[in-house]
This record gives sequence, structure tokens and C-alpha cells, in this order.
Amino acid sequence: MLDRAQMSPDILLEVRGLTKVFKPRKTLFQRKTSNPIRAVDDVSFEIRQGETLGLVGESGCGKSTVTRLLLGIHEPSAGTMRYRKKDGGSVDLDQLSENERLAYCTDLRIVFQDPQSSLNPRLQVRDIVGEVLKVNRLVPPDQIEATVRDLLAKVGLRPEYARRYPHAFSGGERQRVGIARALATRPRLVVLDEAVSALDVSVRAQTLNLLRDLQEEFGLTYLFVSHDLSVIEYICDRVVVMYVGQVVEVAPSDRLFAKPLHPYTEALLSALPIPDPAQRRQGRRIRLPGEVADPANRPSGCAFHPRCRFATETCRTTPPPLRDFGGRSVACHHAEQLSLNGVESIQPGQAAHA
Amino acid sequence: MRPIPMLERMSALPVTAVAQPEPLVTVRDLKVQIGTDDGLVRAVDGVTFDVPRGRTLCLVGESGSGKSITGRALMNLLPPSGRIAAGRITYTDRAGEAIDIGALDPRGRQIRGLRGKDISLISQEPMAALSPVHTIGQQLVPVIRRHLGLSRREAEARAVEMLGRVGIPKPAERLGNYPFEFSGGMRQRVCIALALSCQPRLLIADEPTTALDVTTQANIIDLLQELQREYGLSILFITHDLGVVAEIADDVAVMYLGRIVERGTVDEIFADPRHPYTQALLKSVPRLGAGRHTRLAAIRGMVPSPFDRPAGCDFRPRCDLAIKGLCEIEDPGTITLGPRRDVRCVLQRTPSTDSVVTERSTSHA
Amino acid sequence: MTDLAAPIAAAVPAGRKLAETGQWALIFRRFRRHRLAYASAFVVLGIYLVALFAEFVAPFSANTYNARYTYGPPQPLQFFGRDAGGELRFMYVNGYKMSFDPVALKRSFVVDQNSVNPVVFFARGEPYHLFGLIPWDRHLIGPADPSQPMYLWGADRLGRDVLSRTIHGARISMSIGLVGVAISLFLGLLLGGMSGYYGGWIDEVVQRSIDFLKSIPTIPLWMGLAAAVPANMDPLLVYLWITIILSLIGWTDLARVVRGRFLSLRTEDFVLAARLDGCSKQRVIWRHMVPSFTSHIVASVTLAIPSMILAETALSFLGIGLKDPVVSWGVLLKDAQSILALTTAPWLLAPGAAVVVAVLALNFLGDGIRDAADPYA
Repeated sequence: MLDRAQMSPDILLEVRGLTKVFKPRKTLFQRKTSNPIRAVDDVSFEIRQGETLGLVGESGCGKSTVTRLLLGIHEPSAGTMRYRKKDGGSVDLDQLSENERLAYCTDLRIVFQDPQSSLNPRLQVRDIVGEVLKVNRLVPPDQIEATVRDLLAKVGLRPEYARRYPHAFSGGERQRVGIARALATRPRLVVLDEAVSALDVSVRAQTLNLLRDLQEEFGLTYLFVSHDLSVIEYICDRVVVMYVGQVVEVAPSDRLFAKPLHPYTEALLSALPIPDPAQRRQGRRIRLPGEVADPANRPSGCAFHPRCRFATETCRTTPPPLRDFGGRSVACHHAEQLSLNGVESIQPGQAAHA
Repeated sequence: MRPIPMLERMSALPVTAVAQPEPLVTVRDLKVQIGTDDGLVRAVDGVTFDVPRGRTLCLVGESGSGKSITGRALMNLLPPSGRIAAGRITYTDRAGEAIDIGALDPRGRQIRGLRGKDISLISQEPMAALSPVHTIGQQLVPVIRRHLGLSRREAEARAVEMLGRVGIPKPAERLGNYPFEFSGGMRQRVCIALALSCQPRLLIADEPTTALDVTTQANIIDLLQELQREYGLSILFITHDLGVVAEIADDVAVMYLGRIVERGTVDEIFADPRHPYTQALLKSVPRLGAGRHTRLAAIRGMVPSPFDRPAGCDFRPRCDLAIKGLCEIEDPGTITLGPRRDVRCVLQRTPSTDSVVTERSTSHA
Repeated sequence: MTDLAAPIAAAVPAGRKLAETGQWALIFRRFRRHRLAYASAFVVLGIYLVALFAEFVAPFSANTYNARYTYGPPQPLQFFGRDAGGELRFMYVNGYKMSFDPVALKRSFVVDQNSVNPVVFFARGEPYHLFGLIPWDRHLIGPADPSQPMYLWGADRLGRDVLSRTIHGARISMSIGLVGVAISLFLGLLLGGMSGYYGGWIDEVVQRSIDFLKSIPTIPLWMGLAAAVPANMDPLLVYLWITIILSLIGWTDLARVVRGRFLSLRTEDFVLAARLDGCSKQRVIWRHMVPSFTSHIVASVTLAIPSMILAETALSFLGIGLKDPVVSWGVLLKDAQSILALTTAPWLLAPGAAVVVAVLALNFLGDGIRDAADPYA
């Protein structure tokens, strides 16, 4: 508890050394068959008040597990999550019991990826959105419906939809209901777990704009989890890039996209399809051999080394620490030597404004 | 299986400059109805397009646009409640004979002979396309044997060759593996091998990369393009992702509510979109490098339910350029702008209005 | 959402009424489209009503006997005929003509076309207590003259009315299904719910017990257990014992359904969302999880009833379940065991037809509910 004083006042949530190991389920008659999975391995980052922090990575990188640890769905195996309370004091969320955590369930909220499965089809919208108000007694019972109607109006839905069931909505509208549910408690941090990935193109743009507007109106802090870098760039101030359970790079959004320091970030950027046919067939793409590593059998040393074109013997044997590079950090042994391509060289025309 | 060098060269040339070869498949005024609990849905409502030889046509659209159903109709493989209500799907077979696929019995011998052999499908979820209880070899070999009439040993050799071709390491060993032993990207590669094992002429790829990671998606797209060059394959690529379209398409058809609203080459669609929906769609995708300072131009509203299709132009309620007193009354019809270029929008009706429209759309942007 | 499913998902018209329609109304809407199941629902309802009002619906009591009409054949109901007096009768049965074969030493009955016994609705007959409480003597249908025979489905060895006995038997047979399923449901919900919700070693123990119970051949198990029931026990207690024995096997299937639902729901996003809303465990279970599978439970229960009925029938038929004087379909069918009885009186199989109709109707009904159970699928 020595470093308690070091948490700077603009930090809302500080994550240090967060680790989650899933042990294969052992049963009475089954022998252990697979390795424990280090889904999240020594992850550190902080979320500042009022910012949008992006968490990006491909499947199996542990980004969903991180959000689940933050929300208290899973117990961390190690590490701390220090949260700044409204009164300015701080609390270690990982030290709390399940019941003590309930006090913070109104501060930390989530919007799920799939608007279809995250809304109980058997409840009306007013009950879905109003549940948190009712359970935590935030609003007197007779005012819940009115509050829900206000919330629906805020997220761009008609207030009279409060009595509808989820099946009467389209995907985009359902996601707005999900956003209304998250905002019902006037939260301080909203986790957006691939919140726009399941939406259609035109609806995705609406939803992204809505999220920005709501952030401005309510002074929200977002943790925006996504695999889509173009969406991340559009909405995030800072970005954490994860690969197989570990943070490989943390940087302010513009700097990350202008000049990535980790070869994996560069590969992610170059793999993204660009909606401009003039840009293709220029051999710009870095082909990553193989597939994302299995978190149950993580490669030795740097987890990215089997796919990395710059890998050396050091990379195979020694895990690279996350090192500071003046306001950004990267976990790569060769970060100093590499000169990687950012968005500009991928899309010369697009980034003209920067 | 030999490449068709002439076609390959053609695909690299600007389309308008070259006389078009006979298309492999022509679809004329296709209508597909699907029976649901709440009544008949016109899932595809009068769709006309060609799938050219050796090229890639992208069907782009949001959910409910009817793009997948159109793809299935080309194999006459509709869901049980669906049927082709009107229109012709003409496939020119290897002997040069025209076959109306829509008129064949969906369970008949002739269509089954075409599926897999001439026309193959890869879908979004590779696990659903593979049998979980059979090894990859058990699934590949019989198909090759039946369609190509090879012996067991020859078929196995071909299966190994195909797996190697789609980039599966140590293909001979992996023939004995079950689908669950492959990762998502590898599974999709197996599906591609399965789809291409009998040298089809048309590959229908229904959102084949949507469920995959970006780095894997990039590899699969590269692979499909390589295979297309190698085998002279025609691809009908169905997707909602405009980035993927820009990567892979030669020609593009944009669908909205069961109709094609705009058709053209990929360069035409991206550089000079004529339909307000296409224009808005292109503006609503965030682009790398644009940064946090811009604001996306979103299309307002939602895709309407196929049961309350708006009167007049389908897109009118969401359209910023709609003309009062015209668009809500009149169905725009298809306006031909060029040999493979057409659009369903009243704003494109005469050359004189054309220039006005361009001005308007730019002033709006 | 895939494009294929989209038109169906988007197919819900935006109309206000349906948009505000709850789960049960949607289920009913879908169920009604299932014609066979919908019709079966009425058949099942009818059978239960008949069982409930058995004393009133049956022309006679279950034990009214008449030695004169041993193995009397069915007298079909006739309409619009003239009686001996030339009077027009709306509804009647023909009387019996009895003959005696001196060689075979055998009595035989022939329905006598000339004798006319008028049949009326709400006939006055044997007095009874409806539900054991309300004294009454009217029967839904019966001979105008109570001393005249009316064996619509024939008579048994003691000259008892097979129809009346089948109707009275419905009460035991149909209720044993309900009571047995109720006990199974209680055990299944409790153990299956624990198994699915807590997981771990509880799950392991419950699941292995189910495996064990299911591995025992049912008939010998029943026989063993039924043999343990004292022979001179009160019939009502025997009935209870038999139901408990049947439920001991029956709960296993229900427990598996409940467990499976719990397991799949536990990871469902909306259940997670409820937890993150700060709901207590109780509230998550009762408000968010249980309503999501009650319709599935209703379907499983409906499908479990017929197997209970069949099990009771089988047990009683083998003579190890219920016994005379208790009347159940199984007990009645026991009379049809001997070839001799069957050749002389094939109508003794009539309760079997009742079993078939009841079981089929319940199965169709259960299938229909199961198909409609998830209106959001």
C-alpha cells in the first residue's frame, strides 16, 4: 500500500499487474487434460478521468477478460485494480468481497457486444433499463418509468418505447437500449465491449456519434474494447494494444496510428482493409504468418515472435518488458532500432490532414 | 485446371475499355419470397446483374438487404420457406449450354450435379459447413471422387494438394484431423479447399471473413485473390464491409431492401457513387488516418422492416436528397448509366439533371 | 445477425400491439398455429374434465355389477326408432336377447332389435357424491329406466359397464401422471437447479446419481419396489407409493433439462447484465433465469405425463401396481390378459384405446408447446 499516494488525481482506474489464470475444470472423475490458460498476464494500464481508452486486439488476446475482471465478473489471480471514488479517496477493487463490490456496480457499467442476447427478451424495456434503478433504490419505484423514458429520449429512442419488448426493435435500437441501461445510474466509467461490432455499417456510425455526444454531455469515461482499429481511432484518446494476454503497446491514439512502435501494431494497421480501391494492390500489407497464438500454449519469450519478421534469438528466449518511450510504452526488445510504418505510409492520401 | 490467361489480363484493364466476354451467370429480375410467421417477405425483389468470368462481383448490403438470399438463389439453395417467385438465373455450363438454375428442381439431380462441382459456397461460419464427426480427409475425398471421378488414391493426392494450396502446413498429416483441431482461420482455409477441390467455376463467398480476426481476414482475402488468378475463378463475394469490398471486388452491386440500388466497377462505386445510399454508406465508415477530430456522417433512421416498405423509393425516408412530391410517390426504376453501370435514383434520370445532382451531393458533404 | 435470418427477425411488425406483447402471449400465438397440438389441447382438457366429473359423466358407478349380463356385448346407441308401443324415441339402445348353448354350456347374448330401452340425458340413476361432497343422482347419460341394461362399451366378467369403469379409471390414470410429474418436477427443479447453478462437486454427484438411476432396468426396479409395498395396504396409500416409485425415475429427465437450461443461461449476457445491475442471487434466479425456461419446463412436463401414465398402466397390468377394487386403466386392462376373455369379450380392450388417445394427445400437446416454447428463437 506504499504507492497509494502516487495515484495521480486525474486517474480514475489504475490497473497494475493484472493476471487471470483459468484452470481447466477438474472434476471427480476427469484427469487434468489441458494447461492452465493465462488469459490475462501481468497487464498494467490506467484510465484517466473523461478519456476514452481503447483496448484493441484479436480473438484470444484477453481484452474481454480484462473487462470482466474490472467489472468483478471474474476474480483476478493477481494484480491490483485501484479505483478513485467520487469523494477523491481510492479503493482497491480486487480486495473487496462480492458484496462490497456491489456498491460500485452503479459507477462501472457495461454495454455488451450483442444487443440481442444482452437484453432479456421476456422483460419490457422499462424493466430492463429500470432494473438497476430498482435494485439499488436509486429512484423511487413510482418514478422509474419516467426516468426510463427520459433515458430513452437521451439515447434517441421514443419514450413510449418503454413498454415494448426487445423483439420489437432492430439491432441498432436494441444497442441504444443497452446504452440507456448503462447510463441509467449516471456511471463514471462505461465499458463498451465491442459495442458497435455487431451493428450494420450505417447504424454503427450513428451509434459512435451518439456515444461521443453522451460522453460530452455526461462527462463519461469510456473503456472502448474493439478489434476494429478504424473505430478505435475514431473514438479513442489513448490505445492499449494486447496480444495473447499481454499489453504490447500503449500510446496516445494519434501517435500510435502515426508511428507504431510494436511490429504487431504495425501488422494490425496494415491488415485493416481500406475502403478505397485505389490503395490496394500496392504490396503494402505485412503478411503475418500463422495464427494468433493459443493462450494455453503461449510461445516462449515474446509471444509474438513466431509471427514477427524482426524476431531474433533474444525474442525467442526473453519476454520483453513494457518500456517507457516518452509518454507511450511498448513491449519489444528492438523498439529503438525498428522504424515501422504508420497510417500515413499505408494510406498516403487519407492522412493528409495530420 | 488451367488458368485462363486472357481473362486474367482483362481483369487488370479498365472495364469500360474492353468488350465484355459472355458472363458466367446472368441474373434477370430475380424475385425471392420467404414465408415467415407474419406473412410473405419479398426478400429479393427484382434483382438484375451478371457474374463475369474470372472476376469478383461484390454484393454489398446491410442485414436484411437480401444479399445472402441472392447468393443462395444462385445455387437454388434457399431456406425451406423460400422460393424463387420470378426471374431467370442463367448459368453457362462448361459445354457452353445455358441452364436456368431457378427453374431446376432444388432437390433434383441436375442442380446437385452443379453444386460443389460448378458452383461452390463458403459461408461465414466454417464450423457449420464442416461435419464435426468426420476428419477433413473423410469430407474432402468422397466429394473429389464423386465429382471428378478419381480413384481413392488420386482423390487423396488431390485433397492433400488442395490443402497445401490453401496454406495449411503439413497437409498430408492434417488430412486425418477433425475440424475442431483447426483454428478459425485454418477452418476457413479447409472450407475453401473443400469448395475449390472440384475446380468450380463460380465461388459464392458469403461473408467468409466476417468471423475472423483482421490479420487472418487479410490472409484469406489474399488467398482468394491468388486462387482466382490461378484458376480463373469467378467469385460472388457477399459482404457488408466496404473495406473488404475495396480490397477484393472488380464489380460492385449495392443492395438495399432486396433491390440493387447501384451497380458499377469498384473504382466507379468508390470514386463516383451516384446513389445517395452508396454515398452515405461510404461516408459513414471511419477511415484510418481521419483521426478523432472528424465526425462520421451517419445515415439517419433504421433499415425498415420488409413488411412496411416505404412507398416510392425504398431509401426515401432516410435520404437527405429526397425530392418532395416525387420520391415518396414514384419508384425510381433502374437508370442505365453505362454498359455495367446503373442506379435506382430519380436524381440520375437525365444527363442534364446529372450535373445538378453532383453539385448537390457535394454541397451536402 | 446473419442476413438469412434477418427478414424473419425483422419480421415483427412495428405495430404497437405486438411490440408490447409479452412472452406468454407470443408463445400462445405460435402454439395456436400448431393445429394438431391445439386440437390435442382440447382433447386433453376433455379427458381431465371427464376424470374430474367421472361420477356424473359415467352412467354407472365403477362397481355396479349385474351377474345377468356377464360379458354382455356393446349395445350401440341408436337414434330415432320406434319402440314396442310404436312411439318415436330420439335415443335408445336395443335390449339383449339371451340364448343358452346346451352343448358348449355357454350363454350368449345377441342385441335384440325389437326391444327398445330409451336413453336420456341427465338420467336419474345411482346416487353419488360429486367430488365426495355434493350428493346427487343425475348422470350425464343413462337409461330412462335404471333397471334396464345400457352397456355402450359392453360388460365385463361381473357384468360391470366397461365404459363407466374406463371413465372412473381415467381419474386414477390421468391423475397419477399429474401427481407423479409434480413430484418429479419438484425433485428435478431442486436437484437439476442445484446441479446447474452451483456446478462443481454437487453437479458431479447429482449427475452420477442420475446416470446410476437411469442405468437400472426399470421394470425389475419397479417390481422390486412394488413388492415392498404391503399387500394389505390402503388402496390410497398404494396409489401414493406407486406414484412416488414412478417419480423416482421420472425426475432424472427433468433434472437434466433444468440443469442444461441453467448452464446455458448462466453465461447468457442478459443474466450477466442482471448481476452487474447489482441483483441478488435470488433475484437473478427468480426474475431473470427461471422465467426464461418455464415454457421449456412446461413442455417437458407435458411430455413426461404420458410416460407416467404408461408406466402405471404397465405396472398395474403386470399385477404389481394398483389392484382391484381400485379402478385404473391398467387394472382394467388386466382383465383383458387372458386369451379366453379376449375371444369372448374383445371390448375389454376399450380402456387400451383410452390410454392410446390420452397418451397421443398429451404427446402432441407437449410437442406443440415445445415448438412454441421459445418465441424468440
